[in-house]
Amino acid sequence: MNALTENWVTIGDISDIPVRGARCVKNGETSIAVFRTADDQIFALEDKCPHNNGPLSQGIVHDGCVTCPLHNWVIALKDGTAQGADEGQTKSYPIKLDGETILLSLTANR
Amino acid sequence: MSKKQKLVVIGNGMAPGRMLEHLFDISPDMYDVTIFNAEPRVNYNRLMLSPVLSGEKAYEDIITHDDAWYDDNHITLHKSAKVAQIDRVAKTVTSQNGITAAYDKLVIATGSNPFVIPLPGHDLEGVLTYRDLDDVAKMLEAAKTGGRAVVIGGGLLGLEAAAGLKMQGMDVTVLHLMPTLMERQLDVAAGYLLEKAFVDLGVDVITEANSKQIIGVNGKVSKIILDDGTEIDAAIVVMAVGIRPSLELAKSAGLETNRGVVVSDDMRTSDPDIFALGECAEHRGMCYGLVAPLYEMGKTIAAELSGQSSAYTGSVTATKLKVTGIDLYSAGDFAEGDDREEIVLRDAQAGVYKRLVLQNNIIIGAVLYGETSDGPWFFDLLKKKSNISEMRDTLIFGQAYQGGAPLDPMAAVAALPDDAEICGCNGICKSKITGAIAEKGLTTLDGVRAHTKASASCGTCTGLVEQLLALTLGDAYDPAAVQPMCGCTDLGHNDVRRLIKAKELKSIPAVLQELEWHTSCGCAKCRPALNYYLICDWPDEYADDYQSRFINERVHANIQKDGTYSVVPRMWGGMTSAKELRAIADVVDKFNIPAVKVTGGQRIDMLGISKEDLPAVWSDLGDAGFISGQAYAKGLRTVKTCVGTDWCRFGTQDSTGFGIRIEKFMWGSWTPAKVKMAVSGCPRNCSEATCKDVGIICVDSGYEIHFAGAAGLDIKPTQVLCSAKTEDETLEIIVALVQMYREQGHYLERIYKWAKRIGVEEIRRQIVDDHGKRKAYFDRFVFSQKFAQIDPWSERVSGKDKHEFNPIATLNLEAAE
Ligand code: SRM
Ligand SMILES: Cc1cc2nc3c(=O)[nH]c(=O)nc-3n(C[C@H](O)[C@H](O)[C@H](O)COP(=O)(O)OP(=O)(O)OC[C@H]3O[C@@H](n4cnc5c(N)ncnc54)[C@H](O)[C@@H]3O)c2cc1C
Ligand code: SF4
Ligand code: FES
Repeated sequence: MNALTENWVTIGDISDIPVRGARCVKNGETSIAVFRTADDQIFALEDKCPHNNGPLSQGIVHDGCVTCPLHNWVIALKDGTAQGADEGQTKSYPIKLDGETILLSLTANR
Repeated sequence: MSKKQKLVVIGNGMAPGRMLEHLFDISPDMYDVTIFNAEPRVNYNRLMLSPVLSGEKAYEDIITHDDAWYDDNHITLHKSAKVAQIDRVAKTVTSQNGITAAYDKLVIATGSNPFVIPLPGHDLEGVLTYRDLDDVAKMLEAAKTGGRAVVIGGGLLGLEAAAGLKMQGMDVTVLHLMPTLMERQLDVAAGYLLEKAFVDLGVDVITEANSKQIIGVNGKVSKIILDDGTEIDAAIVVMAVGIRPSLELAKSAGLETNRGVVVSDDMRTSDPDIFALGECAEHRGMCYGLVAPLYEMGKTIAAELSGQSSAYTGSVTATKLKVTGIDLYSAGDFAEGDDREEIVLRDAQAGVYKRLVLQNNIIIGAVLYGETSDGPWFFDLLKKKSNISEMRDTLIFGQAYQGGAPLDPMAAVAALPDDAEICGCNGICKSKITGAIAEKGLTTLDGVRAHTKASASCGTCTGLVEQLLALTLGDAYDPAAVQPMCGCTDLGHNDVRRLIKAKELKSIPAVLQELEWHTSCGCAKCRPALNYYLICDWPDEYADDYQSRFINERVHANIQKDGTYSVVPRMWGGMTSAKELRAIADVVDKFNIPAVKVTGGQRIDMLGISKEDLPAVWSDLGDAGFISGQAYAKGLRTVKTCVGTDWCRFGTQDSTGFGIRIEKFMWGSWTPAKVKMAVSGCPRNCSEATCKDVGIICVDSGYEIHFAGAAGLDIKPTQVLCSAKTEDETLEIIVALVQMYREQGHYLERIYKWAKRIGVEEIRRQIVDDHGKRKAYFDRFVFSQKFAQIDPWSERVSGKDKHEFNPIATLNLEAAE
């Protein structure tokens, strides 16, 4: 399958995620963190911090970023890149809303 | 050693304070100085009374010279000593309370008296003026019982008083005789915008209001009646209708007086050994009511006293209103006239109004409302009488538009000429500030304040001074030196805590909006801090924001490096039982918990539990009677104990029982940082009470209360707070101490750091000496515990925050490649 033909799966409703919070989607061994920001945008990142695999889903969400709970790296929700002086990137996944319903694609962005 | 001359100063206000600083700069050893002050205190920044009234600052924040300063400069300061008589023949002054001092040179700096309209009822209790700290204290006292405050006078002082009283929760009505507010500084349009802003603040404004009579009940104000018959209920009436130079003393000494004490350009009165300074002086027919001119007068007197000749030639003044959220600047003369032209800019949406009055292409007046950053630039052009014809078309847009310079505030500051005035109050120009930064190696705002006085009076030029620091130091300027809470705000923890109270902010969005956060929803640094401050200040009203808590406090367990959690139940005072240990053993087996450890805090830690299992683990522990040990919380952690009189041959009191009592009383409370306690049964101190946040050492005669210790990143032995006779008394003291810390500590500041900042003496004064204060702290703690002592584990076992512990979806799909 190529990156243009996404394979969307329904994972739940936006109201299942607290505002400025996250929930996880488990897929086998992989855990994907789905974030909801203050302005109801949603993002999906692999639940692993580029620093030391900290669970990003457990961090504090602010503006378009999440602060990792283990050592406070700040990761951009839109593409998983570490902010500030830190370097690294977490995999991100395409995600969209159909009304209230959240659709996720398991084809990680490059 | 040559004998020093005697300098006596009458009045200890802002003007003489500054004069003495200049004098000590030029001739440090020339005079023995004696000051008489009618007020019972040192010299403070009178301009900042309004922030004290509104709750944005405390008295301690506005002291200009503390007691040490008088000592260091060998000044004799007589507090509460009003001078009643000047004997010019004997060259002495004598105070009402009988102190006489001889002078070689005398400075009269008695300031002004607030004018009280002699309405019927003006002498009732509750009719106040607004001039000194005592007036503020009276207003704050009145605000406690609430009701309506009526402020007579819609000028600078009246409006600042009205805004402050409103922020203290009173209903407020402003009565103003003229059709628009602050008509002496503002034109009609700006007066209108200002009135609207006050109405938006919730203040009633009645213009063209002529007060007729104040009615009292039992000698106390109850209402006020206007000429047109309107009646307004009033718990207090504040008269802010103007000031009169205080000149009776000079007059009775036979000095020449008119509206004020008349002085010539060298600031001498009609007696060459006597100077008059400040608001009481009249120079070239002018009496001033703002500090900038007074400081210039002070400079002249300092020079004259040092034997140099100097002349004060008068000042042009500019005014800023210091009400949070209202930006207003006015300078010069803005009446209309045939020979005058004006340039006006309005932006209704942004609430901006700017008007310049020109005469022959020279700015003679400026009124800025809503956006005032160009005020000092216009004022500079005005004072220098610069010809503005070349930039006339863009003048009103401000400095950033001139000369094609980009719209960048830094560029605008860079473009200011060296002699442009930055701090109007203190007459400090740009080059003086940049010079001091370079020569003295200054890197902080406080440094600039200390060395130049810029931004040290009314504070409205602080932004400009900071830009100058940034400009001069480049990357070496670290604004963090002024320590804002985080990158989202310029405010420090103290200001934020005070403003939350003063403005009654009760949610995180309210704080971000009202305190003008730079980011839309804060960050991982400020949000947990704000969440704590709000919980502490409004325990019954604020709804805890879990999304602003660190994960440990959100799921009530400690996150580990592999993303699993550890669970630590409370073992009260370190005591446990076979039943408890058996329950723990069962849980460990049932959930395959990989590690069990005895912690350094006298209890047991189960490590390596997956998040999904947490509620079930808690459920089983709960069945055995355990609650969360809050090993993760910025809150009460452990109360370590030793075996005490129960078993130990040296025990003097029941240290175990008391430790358990304390833990049961105080668990659940959130605190700025973690709080650890211990009770030892005797000075052998087996529970290590002398390195805890709060520690108690039992002795034969009672309890020795220790605090401010640490044994983590820093190692600090505790200090003794006091001793107490009974358990009850000890409990009241330590609870009050923790509550004081809860109310004042900065987020993540342990007790020992807070104590260092506040001073052990002050803590002792409030907690040990002042029984009323202690009781009030204790009661507030008890009140907030009503909302805090809910076991978070059992809450979650019964379903709260279920979403935290389960994935939103579990898929079993091949990841697409
Ligand atoms: C479990 C325990 C170690 C142990 O196995 O004994 C422990 C474990 C941690 N300590 Fe501690 N401390 C433990 C007793 C202590 C003690 C000893 C004591 O309490 O008597 C100290 C020194 C006393 C003091 O606090 O002054 C201590 C000083 C610290 C510090 C330094 C604090 C400071 O302000 O200097 C930190 C770092 C921090 O809080 O920022 C810390 C931080 C931590 C953290 C929370 C690190 C973290 O952020 O993840 C560790 C969590 C592990 C976990 O998940 O359980 N721990 N820690 C102890 C739990 C006690 C309890 O029953 O609640
Ligand atoms: C609430 C408020 C806000 C203000 N805001 C501003 C502002 O934003 N900008 C600005 O430029 N100005 C402002 N002012 C005005 C400014 O504070 C005064 O111009 C300045 O403080 C006057 O200084 P002074 O030394 O002449 O008199 P004061 O500071 O009034 O000091 C006079 C002192 O002399 C004492 N005294 C009087 N008689 C005797 C006696 N016989 N013996 C001994 N002691 C005596 C008095 O108790 C008093 O302490 C404000 C004033 C107030 C009250
Ligand atoms: S000393 Fe405390 S913080 Fe450091 S590794 Fe041990 S438990 Fe963790
Ligand atoms: S694992 Fe995320 S910051 Fe270290």
